[in-house]
Amino acid sequence: MLDYKPNIVLSNQEYNVVGTRPIRPDGADKVTGKANYSADINLPGMLHGKVLRSPHAHAIIKSIDTSRAEALPGVRAVVTSADIQKPSGRASELAEGAMVNYKFLSDNVLADGKALYKGHAIAAVAAANPHVAEEALKLIDVEYEVLSPVMDAKEAMKADAPLVHERLAGMTTAAIRAGGVLDDDDPTNGTNIANHFEFRLGDPDEGFSQADVTVEKEVSTVAVHQGYIEPHCGTAQWHEDGSLTVWSSSQGQFTVRDYTARLVGIPVSKVRAIPMEIGGGFGAKLTMYMEPVAALLARKANAPVKMAMSRTEVFEASGPTSGTYISVKLGATREGKLTAASASLIFEAGAFPGSPVPGGAQCMMSAYDIPNAYIEGYDVVVNRPKTSAYRAPGSPAAAFAMETAIDELCEKLEMDPIEFRLINSSKEGVRRVTGPLMPKVGFIETLEAAKAHPHYSQPLEGPYRGRGVASGFWGNNTGPSSAVALVHPDGKISLTEGSPDIGGTRASVSQQMAEVLGIPMEDINPQIGDTDSIGFTSNTGGSGVTFKTGFAAYTAAQDIKQQMIERAAKLWEVSPEDVEYENGALQHKSDPELRLTFQQLAARQTPTGGPIVGRAGVNPGGAGPAIATHIVDLEVDPDTGKVTILRYTALQDAGKAIHPSYVEGQIQGGVAQGIGWALNEEYFVNDQGHMVNSSYLDYRMPTSLDLPMLDTVVVEVANPNHPFGVRGVGEVCIVPPMAAISNALYDALGVRLNSLPMNPGAILQALWEKENGANQI
Amino acid sequence: MPEVWIPTTMQSLTGGQHRVQVEGRTVRQVINNLDREFPGVKAILYDEEEDDLQTGIAVIVDGEASQIGLLERVQETSEVHFLPAIGGG
Repeated sequence: MLDYKPNIVLSNQEYNVVGTRPIRPDGADKVTGKANYSADINLPGMLHGKVLRSPHAHAIIKSIDTSRAEALPGVRAVVTSADIQKPSGRASELAEGAMVNYKFLSDNVLADGKALYKGHAIAAVAAANPHVAEEALKLIDVEYEVLSPVMDAKEAMKADAPLVHERLAGMTTAAIRAGGVLDDDDPTNGTNIANHFEFRLGDPDEGFSQADVTVEKEVSTVAVHQGYIEPHCGTAQWHEDGSLTVWSSSQGQFTVRDYTARLVGIPVSKVRAIPMEIGGGFGAKLTMYMEPVAALLARKANAPVKMAMSRTEVFEASGPTSGTYISVKLGATREGKLTAASASLIFEAGAFPGSPVPGGAQCMMSAYDIPNAYIEGYDVVVNRPKTSAYRAPGSPAAAFAMETAIDELCEKLEMDPIEFRLINSSKEGVRRVTGPLMPKVGFIETLEAAKAHPHYSQPLEGPYRGRGVASGFWGNNTGPSSAVALVHPDGKISLTEGSPDIGGTRASVSQQMAEVLGIPMEDINPQIGDTDSIGFTSNTGGSGVTFKTGFAAYTAAQDIKQQMIERAAKLWEVSPEDVEYENGALQHKSDPELRLTFQQLAARQTPTGGPIVGRAGVNPGGAGPAIATHIVDLEVDPDTGKVTILRYTALQDAGKAIHPSYVEGQIQGGVAQGIGWALNEEYFVNDQGHMVNSSYLDYRMPTSLDLPMLDTVVVEVANPNHPFGVRGVGEVCIVPPMAAISNALYDALGVRLNSLPMNPGAILQALWEKENGANQI
Repeated sequence: MPEVWIPTTMQSLTGGQHRVQVEGRTVRQVINNLDREFPGVKAILYDEEEDDLQTGIAVIVDGEASQIGLLERVQETSEVHFLPAIGGG
């Protein structure tokens, strides 16, 4: 039994629906198996597709002969890169602003000329059933010229390293844009460094000269996977008019539409992308692998084709996050005021440019007020799967470096780590190292809540036990979003929104509409629209849905409200200015007899002017950053190196928790993933570049048996740019755990572990080296 | 006049200046005026074919990342920053 309250919400403003905890609209269907996920699609005459993948981490594809596979009974189509569109290598822009290089996307979906990692797709087959398709893969003859792979970013940066792309343009000049390929007439040599950028604030050298105490260190992390339950899956069906329908699991049906259209060579208006329920994404389903291949096969076979990855394919051929090397130096006065900081971040991008190093660099020092600083970042291609986003992309590894360095500084200064952060915390108006001023954010409030929390003052006794603290920052994103709400005659609403629901956003979006209209959330039936039934909505990512799609629902509700005021005025033969809408009812401002509830007016919408449809297309700015501070207690078994998490408290500024249970769930989920990242998870890759633990049996993620109750404190410092004060909550929660655990391990063992994962082997080695006099590992 | 913070990697084009004051009431006008004073800046920030900011660049005006890029209004006292865009998860 807990003798304390595990989850606390520090609210400063109460509403009727916002801030309550109704049951999620999609919950019952999901727990009873009625919800349809991407693999649940089955169509008449549907074929099954399978992908032939490279057995080599780096190889020239000299030839592909598909004739034997095509001759196998039951095989209906085979495709290779010869069948896919070949966009230019120039970094290009999607119409709605997302960033993608279509050549790299195309080459990742089906390898063109070179296999760039083990598992890279070479060819694909559609057959009457999955077994025939798998047999056919064995009949595709591929001649490879095997090359030496380069698996490590530091190795790849060396002048004599094997080149992953012979013509990659390295952005080491004044440009800050993403990498592409060199023009044909450009004599510059290729490189593995896709991008190098810098930020400088003030005078770092002068700042370090003012420091009484400095700390300098380097940390490293290895690739980890997001570990979502549902593998990537897509189904494609062509129609007689040349249009295409795609069903898939993604974080953005509009991205599926746009990417697929470009790679199969048809206009976006010819593609209808239908979002199925999604079994986890965490950033990795912002891109795609199967949908265009399924579409190419379906076109060739003239039949619908479904393709689903196996778990091994997910590990080997989707997008894990980067391995990194990060060095950092901090300087502070004896009183604990930071005077200067510098950092260098090297991130593996995988086989194509685009690691999350910009995010890491921009978040690393943003929680603090540092007058002089320098940060540089390197985006480096290697022979690994192209990395994709993973919760607060780039920030967790950067925080592992920054927050452990702060812990070392606190030790030298003999200062409490929360006190140190309070002295140096950023707040509204403080200049970030990257230049812009910090908007309103609740770092100080979160730190004060941590300092006052019973966990922080609870004695922690016994050998091999330690307590660690770390903070984290994430900027949060927003983007365009759409919502359409139909008012039914019985007073209920069907709400169609454009954001796939991963973390309970059907509820958090509906609650915002219900709050405006003064009706229960249960009166709103939310659903996710396909690309032909709802306006463009940017991806479910960047912790943005409750902010931007909540904004859309709020705006659509205001539209309904205004229409209802006009209808009531028409009924009562008065001016709309004389009618007000309050608490779910329309009321004449001076005649108390003239009153209609929302339900009563909904029943009379047809005779007063026809259907009432609320709609909104918004593009709100000001998502507002997110800040978190975590406290962890742990115990180490000195014989086995096993770490047991004894107690964990995560405190986070949520702006306003629309549905506190889902905010708490997001925080707990992020912490659980962070604990796995800290203690166990890693891609084991052999010297040939092959991942050797590509199953959940061997890729160790924490389960409920590994974790205690993860306590949360939701601190509400309202975002002034949102009608209810929302700021994103889904990502910053994964930023502090690795550093907090490393700091706790130091407290327990007296040894700094500076490489992830801090698994039992690393801990035992640390203990042995401590006995031999070393104190860093 | 609005003040533009020049990205560190572009300061070779501005003679080492990291802050420059230029006329302009929109981000588009600011970039055009910046390029008149420091030729080459526009080619890095502006994609002529798409008539938009270059891929991967975000513009931050007075602390907020703009959702409308070149069309964003800029005040006399505004601060304008060009930063690498960050993707969320």
